[in-house]
Amino acid sequence: MSILGTRVIRTEDPRLLTAGGVYVDDLREPELAGAVRATFVRATVAHAKITGIDASAALEQPGVVAVLTAADMTDIPAPPPAEEPAADAPPPEVPMPMGGKWSEPLLATDTVRFVGEPVAIVLTDSTYQGEDAAELVSVDYDVLPAVASIDDALRDESILFPAAGTNVAVRGGRDTSDDSVFDGLDVVVEGDIVNQRVAALPMEGRATAAAWRDGKLTVWTSTQNAQISRLILTSLGLSPEQIRVVAPDVGGGFGAKIGVDRDSIVVAWAARHTGRPVRWTETRYENLTAMTQGRAQVHHIKIGGTRDGHIRAYRLEIVQDTGAYPRMGGFLPSLTCLMAPGVYDIPHVQADYTVVVTNAAPIAAYRGAGRPEAAATIERAVDWFAAAAGLDPVDVRKLNFIKKEQFPFVTKTGAPYDTGDYEAALDKVLAQADYARLRAEQRKRREHGDVRQLGIGISSYVEITAADATAGETARIDVHDDGTATVYTGSSAHGQGHHTAFAMLVTDELGIPMDKVEVVHGDTDLIPDGVGTYGSRSLQLGGSAVHKAAIEVKDEAAKRAASLFEARKADVVLDKATGAWHIAGDPDKSLTWAQIANAADGKTLTANVRFTGDRPTFPFGSQLSLAEVDTETGKVTLLRHVTADDAGPVLNPVLLEGQRHGGIAQGAAQALVEEILYDPDGNPLTSTLADYGAITATELPSFELLTSETGTDLNPLGVKGIGEAGTIGATPAVQNAVIDALAHLGVRHVDMPTTPERVWTAINEAALRAAREANAK
Amino acid sequence: MKVELTVNGKEFTADVEDRTLLVHLLRDAANLTATNIGCETTSCGACTVLLDGESVKSCTVLAAQADGREVTTLEGLAGDDGEMHPVQRAFHQEHGLQCGYCTPGMVMAIVSLLQENPSPSEADVRQGLEGNICRCTGYHNIVRAALSAAAATKGAGK
Repeated sequence: MSILGTRVIRTEDPRLLTAGGVYVDDLREPELAGAVRATFVRATVAHAKITGIDASAALEQPGVVAVLTAADMTDIPAPPPAEEPAADAPPPEVPMPMGGKWSEPLLATDTVRFVGEPVAIVLTDSTYQGEDAAELVSVDYDVLPAVASIDDALRDESILFPAAGTNVAVRGGRDTSDDSVFDGLDVVVEGDIVNQRVAALPMEGRATAAAWRDGKLTVWTSTQNAQISRLILTSLGLSPEQIRVVAPDVGGGFGAKIGVDRDSIVVAWAARHTGRPVRWTETRYENLTAMTQGRAQVHHIKIGGTRDGHIRAYRLEIVQDTGAYPRMGGFLPSLTCLMAPGVYDIPHVQADYTVVVTNAAPIAAYRGAGRPEAAATIERAVDWFAAAAGLDPVDVRKLNFIKKEQFPFVTKTGAPYDTGDYEAALDKVLAQADYARLRAEQRKRREHGDVRQLGIGISSYVEITAADATAGETARIDVHDDGTATVYTGSSAHGQGHHTAFAMLVTDELGIPMDKVEVVHGDTDLIPDGVGTYGSRSLQLGGSAVHKAAIEVKDEAAKRAASLFEARKADVVLDKATGAWHIAGDPDKSLTWAQIANAADGKTLTANVRFTGDRPTFPFGSQLSLAEVDTETGKVTLLRHVTADDAGPVLNPVLLEGQRHGGIAQGAAQALVEEILYDPDGNPLTSTLADYGAITATELPSFELLTSETGTDLNPLGVKGIGEAGTIGATPAVQNAVIDALAHLGVRHVDMPTTPERVWTAINEAALRAAREANAK
Repeated sequence: MKVELTVNGKEFTADVEDRTLLVHLLRDAANLTATNIGCETTSCGACTVLLDGESVKSCTVLAAQADGREVTTLEGLAGDDGEMHPVQRAFHQEHGLQCGYCTPGMVMAIVSLLQENPSPSEADVRQGLEGNICRCTGYHNIVRAALSAAAATKGAGK
């Protein structure tokens, strides 16, 4: 029996559970002996000209080794002039500054554009000394008017990049001006939906240590991709061969640790510039103000169709707040446009986007990255449409789903959906939740006028994973003389369970037991070529690469076995249960992996491959959320959350469920509690975990997960990505549930997060509206 | 100032600045790096350790406050033979961890929780973990691990 599909608990865990992981700040490498601590001096105002920096008082403090600013960076080559990307450019593999007029310096030069932007770096013998000294670096600012919101940005009164002449960094998508597509439709609904700015909030913030020795820079950094980080670090004027990047244990990434940020580049530069090893671990204040954040889109939508529920036209107009610098945030809304129509076969779809800069932390990838925004809005829009047509939201969804037999299906926005069975996933969820009974219970509470009302939220979603399938992923497998194997993967683990999953793939193909398979990732000296982990790509690309490498190793081993047996290769077989090689029909004579690895005159038994996909895959699913809302206080309690998330055949249910659980929680967090806020002057209001409402165990129920497995033929494992699906499905399911609980009170929409204050206000405004209308009659 | 305390059953003495936090004493002076720092506001619980058997967040306890007292960290939880504590074992069995960063604090918080309430309900566990943030697991399997550790501990007659 194959090990694939079975519940295998993680090989990573015993170390993490008894000794703790080795994250950047835990490293005790000899190269880091005597390292100085880096503390950043960060902008305290959102938008200002720097008129002077005086470090003299700081330099007199005990333990201060150096205070460095942009003026000290004369040993870095000027960046090549960057071309502005085309409006319809595909999302970049790497979140890099756009350069040119919008360029983002490493340390602020003459202007600061968000509170938290790094201005200077202080190097000290100890952390506490660094905090003291950084306080004493005096930065003089000539304050400029802050652009603290999308509305501020669009007014173009205060401009972040004067050379650009506008705060609009990118426009793209398809024409949204043709209103005739809505002509003659029975039901047309229009409205605004906010997809608020949230924090990625990995529990380990950003952290980097660097040492310069004998002409080589070694950088240990908390990243999702050591190899991409190395590429970015070549901007210091070093060749790739002069840089080694190591990703040790990484305490969560969620998209915000793709590559390295400017702060980490500065730390690496400081090590080279001073010749001293340097280490930096950010505080949570730095993490919540200066790490890239997610979402931050405002949508205007229009949806229309027939009275019997057929949706005929959908328009989505997006404004993306990309924060102070248009990094990946400049491209995310193109993904939102691509995924705009979701799971529905809509004849007319229009979607466009405008990207603006604001005096806030830059926006980049966060679990879902452009797709959750699309799903959240189409799923609200369908509920609006159903309500206006007087139909059940389930019926409207089923009526408009792309049908199973329509796949492969290319949407009106150009997304090539591979496979799907949307109705089956929804049916599973409805059956598990007992939808009819829930609606009956809801009716009862409404009739009784209960204080605590019930809301049922549905979301049916599809998303795009391995969007950059053609970039592929690398894998090398060495089988050693003792019969053990080592896998070198270009993919990068930070909690997903790569080591367990990839060892399972090797065991399945080669019959080498899991405890004899070591998986190595995240070291560019060992694995110079790799892409890393983001966009739910690891199993389908990285796993497929491991699978392919295992097949190649097996083929080479078969040749060696044939030679040792003096038999034909075709007659040699591997017994995967025992890991022993035989001649077919003669089980008594056998060779072990060790014997085969030892053959061929010391030549290593190895395969080194790259797997590339032709196209992305499109996992899908349905989720149902059951919420109870206290109509007197506005407090929302999630009672149940039922999901069928389909990413194809399941390699290891333990890991799959873990990805879904975490994803659902982050999705629910956006719907219920989380939001990054700035005041009108651009001062962050959520800069500590005492202010930012990170979701906790008390706010969530246990989740009810159902199995649904629709494979794809786009990779040999038949799998799609599952890392972000839970998040994408959960946000609209939870938001829809909250609003559904209030529908009979006249509430049509509550923007996220659906805090007690927002819910209470929505209820009371609806009551006021109703009273006014009654008076008017 | 000089602080003397017992860490994971061993005497430990260090000369530290008055303002030194317990978590920095543990990580930097005692070189016990399992205990992580996740915030500076006593919000996330990554730095949870046991002080005289009770869970505290070591990022807001001064090393001086631990003088003369007994501290247990994740490294001190397994038996002398290396056998995992029931809570550690339950985390492994139930996939109660992913990136592992919140895990030392979570495990210590649950050890403390189960000492106070050996037979908690799911709601008790969720309430008890309100001060510990995990960003990976959605808490689902952490809650299951806590409940399964409680059951296993009872079953073993401990």
